[in-house]
Amino acid sequence: MSTQALEVGPPKDSGQSRTAWRLLMNNRLAAAAFYIVVLIVIMALMAPILPLHDPDTTSPANRLLPLFSEGHLLGTDHLGRDVLARLVWGTRVSLFVGISAALAAAFFGSLIGLVAGYAGGRADNLIMRGIDMLMAFPYILLALAIVAVLGPGLLNALYAIAIVNIPFFARNVRGITRGLSHREFVDAARLSGKSHIAILTTEILPNVLPIIVITMSTTIGWMILETAGLSFLGLGAQPPQADLGSMLGQGRALLFTAPMISVIPGVMVFLIVMGVNLLGDGVRDALDPRLRAGALSRPMPVTRIERPHVPEPDETAKASALAVTGLETSFEQGGGREVAVKGISFTLRKGECLGLIGESGSGKSVTALSILGLVASPPGVITGGAVTIEGRDVLSLDETQIASFRGGKVAYIFQDPLTTLHPLFTVGEQVAEAVRAHQPIDRVGAHEKAVELLRTVQIPDPEQRARAYPHELSGGQRQRVGIAMALANDPDIIIADEPTTALDVTVQAEILRLLQALRRDRGLALLFITHDFGVVAEICDRVAVMRHGEIVEAGETATVLGDPKHPYTKRLIACVPIPGQGRAFLDAIRALPSADTDRGRGA
Amino acid sequence: MDAISVTNLTKTFAGGWSLFRGRGHEVRAVRDVTLALRPGETLAVVGESGSGKSTLARMMVGLEKPTSGDMRIAGKDAAALRAEGPRAFGRVIQYVFQDPVSSLNPRKTIDAILDPPLRLLKGYDKVRRRARMKELMDAVQMPANTLERYPHEFSGGQAQRIAIARALAAEPRIIVLDEPVSALDVSVQAQTLLLLEDLRAEFKMSYLFISHDLAVVESISDRVAVMYSGEIVETASAEQLFRTPRHEYTKRLLSSAPRLKPPGRGRLEGG
Repeated sequence: MSTQALEVGPPKDSGQSRTAWRLLMNNRLAAAAFYIVVLIVIMALMAPILPLHDPDTTSPANRLLPLFSEGHLLGTDHLGRDVLARLVWGTRVSLFVGISAALAAAFFGSLIGLVAGYAGGRADNLIMRGIDMLMAFPYILLALAIVAVLGPGLLNALYAIAIVNIPFFARNVRGITRGLSHREFVDAARLSGKSHIAILTTEILPNVLPIIVITMSTTIGWMILETAGLSFLGLGAQPPQADLGSMLGQGRALLFTAPMISVIPGVMVFLIVMGVNLLGDGVRDALDPRLRAGALSRPMPVTRIERPHVPEPDETAKASALAVTGLETSFEQGGGREVAVKGISFTLRKGECLGLIGESGSGKSVTALSILGLVASPPGVITGGAVTIEGRDVLSLDETQIASFRGGKVAYIFQDPLTTLHPLFTVGEQVAEAVRAHQPIDRVGAHEKAVELLRTVQIPDPEQRARAYPHELSGGQRQRVGIAMALANDPDIIIADEPTTALDVTVQAEILRLLQALRRDRGLALLFITHDFGVVAEICDRVAVMRHGEIVEAGETATVLGDPKHPYTKRLIACVPIPGQGRAFLDAIRALPSADTDRGRGA
Repeated sequence: MDAISVTNLTKTFAGGWSLFRGRGHEVRAVRDVTLALRPGETLAVVGESGSGKSTLARMMVGLEKPTSGDMRIAGKDAAALRAEGPRAFGRVIQYVFQDPVSSLNPRKTIDAILDPPLRLLKGYDKVRRRARMKELMDAVQMPANTLERYPHEFSGGQAQRIAIARALAAEPRIIVLDEPVSALDVSVQAQTLLLLEDLRAEFKMSYLFISHDLAVVESISDRVAVMYSGEIVETASAEQLFRTPRHEYTKRLLSSAPRLKPPGRGRLEGG
């Protein structure tokens, strides 16, 4: 998954919520926190029916009894009130205030965020600057000011804490709403005749709700702490009512003579806040779709390789620039393994361009990434086959040796250079870095080389353009930079994964022309991955057609395209409209025998 | 009466206003476009990224407001339609988005996605809505059990069929299709084009078909308008445009398109 956490995931069915629960319980800290929080909440809820003393009855005769005194398990305070009773009742009050404040802040904050994010423009600006002003005050000062205006009291403390926390929710929700309100399904809903309010409540809110829940679970702890803080200062709960903060405040005067009176509520605050925070973190991790997919765990430097047996490269393989023999790559999925590339073999001769063509999900990109162990692990595993470069099996080498191939002997060019180039460095620096990764050369030398490379890929005025940032270049120029980086260390092989798919046709033609010229001048072998038969026809000497992880047909480009043997290839070629064919194309499609054209996920 | 007729339509996006730099420079996405979509025809608008073709499409369905110029949808003035409220547009003209997956709300079932146009635009009661949804699924050749499922359960091609069904639900006379097949695999793309063509004939609609792919355009459109940096540089019947392009840019577009079998031309030469 490429986008942020707020990316709307698929709706949770019961199966998924079960996984979320299991994930939560697998996290030991979160599980422990969960039980502690549940225990405390039950205790607080049961306060009226527990056999406790009246928390407010004073009895000066019994003042400051120590722990474990008869009848007073946790002793008594300076007025002779039972500390245990006050602790349970105080916890009840603190939890109530904390949770109510969280709910209130979440409600109003989310409302503000939704409206600001959806309205956008001036309304958004006005609302958010107001929120910023709230945030600019230190929160405790702001809470103090609010209580000072409203007067001390538990309810007023609740209002203060809720107001102080509104910006937190508003900013979070506003950001997500802003992103969602530009999504196409919102436009589609508008064209379906839905009003703005209906769109906000039925289209956007369901997608924002998980984030609100997660934010709330991580802020309740803070709210409880803030309630305690205000009560400690005497602005929250008023005597004789007990809450954790006021108990701490009263115990402060006796800190040296009777430390337990402040330590006990202190420990309780600690337990609640730690418990809620750890649980909140656990909930967040369990609900985050990226974490569930394992995408946030750092991939290993090289794809995990578990080959039961390693095929010996034959003579043709040794003579080729690149030979792939029986390559099999799988993805681990919930216990099982799904094979994405099913034992494919091909060779790439020196100076040749081989096209690997297939539809989405055919395994062509996984094949390309497997060659130098670039498939993310987990979940990817190379489960069989060999990749031979210069007569050696690459997959048998150790990590540093494989890494030395990358960008050295073998270079990659990817589809969208905007995502592969770093936005904060100039393109010159990035090309120079690619040079320095493999060559012992100083900064100045590397920069000169970089400019030279930019000239090679026909970027006009390369000295000037080297100082540009990726976003300042057009799509075609960015892809030229990508090619320059690939050329940095005079590779023998370039693996290009859909390098022109994101480009306009006129630019695509220029890039293909450039690649063709470079190949001829430098004797490069090019493995060209694409879904476009037209592009294959333009640039490839040979082509291999992939489907469901297998190569169904391979051969000279002209032969495969002109006289396809496999029914799948025939069908694919028939589905490509040819310029000049006009409306006859659709009649030809109508005449095709119906087949499983619509299967497979994503497109 | 034309399905859509626009005269001197212009859309200018004002630059961002900043405290220290004043108003940023304006972007003229669409400049003085004059165009007519005849009833029952498919008019293609072809252009590369940034040519303003999507902005033009979004103005026609009321998602963007033109800066100046005149626009009539099915004989009614667009400004009058807009004044009638958002539903007035939806009843006569609908839109199909490029990315079918992101045009369907991931947290709603397909019947919940199809419900609003039937309820709000057509005012059907519950029983009739249900029956109509089944008909729509038939029309786009999806099984009836599609309705209870969520968007992520479908492939790109299937999701686009569902999106087309949503557009059809409003029983519009005009549909604007914004790159409806460019996110799809070729085999799925061909089937979707065929479906679109059959639906147009069946329901007697007019299509405004936005695309960057000339070969696709040629296979489905009656007339083609070529857009370049916000302007329409050439309009002609599909046959004529592809055989004898007049404008320099059209020629360049045609010669750049990769071909399966280059007619009388060698393979790409290094330059």
